[in-house]
Amino acid sequence: MSATVRKIQPAQPPPVGSGTRISWLKENLFSSLSNTAVTLLLGWFTVHFTLTVIDWALIDAVWHGESADACPRDRGACWAFVTARWQQIIYGQYPGALLWRVHTAFALALVLPFAFRLARGRHQAGIRATVLVILPVMAMLLLSGGILGLEKVPTDQWGGLMLTLVIASIAIVFSIPLGLVLSLARQSRLPALRLVAVGFIEFWRGVPLIVVLFAFVSMLPLFVPEGRNIDILVRTVIAFAIFNSAYMAEVFRGGLQSVPRGQYEAAEAIGLDYWKTMGLVVLPQAIRNSVPALMNTCISIFKETTLVMLIGLSDLLGVIQLSLEDPDWLGPTHIYGSAYLFAALLFFVFTYSMSKYSLRLENRMNVEH
Amino acid sequence: MTAIADKTPADPPIIRFEGVHKWFGNFHVLRHIDLDVVRGEKIVICGPSGSGKSTLVRCINQLETHQRGRIVIDGTELTDRLADIHTLRSEIGMVFQSYNLFPHMTVLDNLVVGQHRVRQLPRSEAESIARQHLERVRIADQASKYPGQLSGGQQQRVAIARALCMKPKIMLFDEVTSSLDPEMVKEVLDVIVDLADEGMTMMVVTHEMGFAREVADRIVFMEEGCIVEENKPAAFFNGPASEGGRFFLSQVLHYG
Repeated sequence: MSATVRKIQPAQPPPVGSGTRISWLKENLFSSLSNTAVTLLLGWFTVHFTLTVIDWALIDAVWHGESADACPRDRGACWAFVTARWQQIIYGQYPGALLWRVHTAFALALVLPFAFRLARGRHQAGIRATVLVILPVMAMLLLSGGILGLEKVPTDQWGGLMLTLVIASIAIVFSIPLGLVLSLARQSRLPALRLVAVGFIEFWRGVPLIVVLFAFVSMLPLFVPEGRNIDILVRTVIAFAIFNSAYMAEVFRGGLQSVPRGQYEAAEAIGLDYWKTMGLVVLPQAIRNSVPALMNTCISIFKETTLVMLIGLSDLLGVIQLSLEDPDWLGPTHIYGSAYLFAALLFFVFTYSMSKYSLRLENRMNVEH
Repeated sequence: MTAIADKTPADPPIIRFEGVHKWFGNFHVLRHIDLDVVRGEKIVICGPSGSGKSTLVRCINQLETHQRGRIVIDGTELTDRLADIHTLRSEIGMVFQSYNLFPHMTVLDNLVVGQHRVRQLPRSEAESIARQHLERVRIADQASKYPGQLSGGQQQRVAIARALCMKPKIMLFDEVTSSLDPEMVKEVLDVIVDLADEGMTMMVVTHEMGFAREVADRIVFMEEGCIVEENKPAAFFNGPASEGGRFFLSQVLHYG
């Protein structure tokens, strides 16, 4: 057989008309009779639902009022409850004159990620560690007071969204490093360490959070010296951090398992010891791979804080619950609907931001590949 | 056993295996290995898969530990009580089949990390050494890229440069071309041939028989955890002394 030789063809642009918006609609929404029918049906539902919600939430809603009498009809939302109780919903019983301290603490928390990212140069790690410790401590001191001439605000006056954020952020900040240590211990070469870690993780994962909370609140005082009373908020936060560290440990275990054996071997082959192998090679990859699951756990911690209502703390949901039991607002049940919907929206704003932040974090880390 | 590469009797071996045994569970993977390698010698280890070639090489930097016998590297015996295995490892370069570059570091940082964190060189000095070695493996223009952006052949050359940066006394190559696309095999082997010409002590596990013939001072043929033949390359490829060697070559070279 004689050889056949052909020239290399030049690359051509794709056919005209593909990739425009109209062609996308045609291909994806109206490609066939049944597809068109589904599109129209779902479109109609969407429009109908949106209009109904707008009517209820905006047009027929009651915005102001001092009591349940303001919302006699259930045709519209009763935002009057939310506007009347706004301060409690956000700050609990925190003294009105000292709210600037809450705002400043919140601002410090917002500044933290930026300060962390802006740290550059030779002292990057040092600056980051300082920022990570100093800013939260300052925020907590501002909230609680009692030093530097700041008036003390006992934690039983903390409440609302502020309390929710305090519990969630402290629980997250402490459970992450604790979880990381546990996950490392769990894959340690020392059987005793491994056993302790597995026992710890399995125990805390195996009991319901609400049981842990009740147990901590009633039993923790048994383990501390006579006469010293541990603040109920502190007990709660410790319970949250320990409980969730078990989940964090499993998140990091997943991340650690995603790092191939060859990475450990390559690191060891150039002479890195265990800590350098973990710190320079394995953990950076493991943590990056853990981010989606990590954020998942953070979101779930944030939502779980609502359980503190059951041990007498007035978090966001607790405040709403208490306010609804106020005689002023006892009455038609549709007020409840509006109040809880508002709580749901507030939670959603925060969890959705966390989820968006997680995506940005993933993208930023993926740039390095 | 037939002829062995010429060596000066006065020169002590840089690698010595004495009756080394190793088991994976019940599987006897290395069975009484005796082997001396002198400084500057190039050993090519070949044999069918599962014959213990990789395990033998991995024992030299203790990625695998042996259970019986003695391994002495440049006067230091490898035991589990060895105080400073990390320094010893840093003096033995190893290149893997799957490259194992650190994906979260740039090419340059892959080369710097060992020098800076193990050999304690200042970063600037480590970087200049790194750049020299990238030059040497003809890949200097890729220094600021991440491994994922390179081809397999380029990654493997970076891996070789990473090992060379540590100024190793010995280089171990464990099937370094086995996961490469065929058109990239040569660029990697060329680098190893250059290194051989410069007098590096090398132990190479490979299935590239043409390369083995060109570069080896001695062929070590393994079968079922044993070294069944040591021979000069010319003699080995013209007619192995062992039956296993003959069968192996007939399989390898069948379409070659």
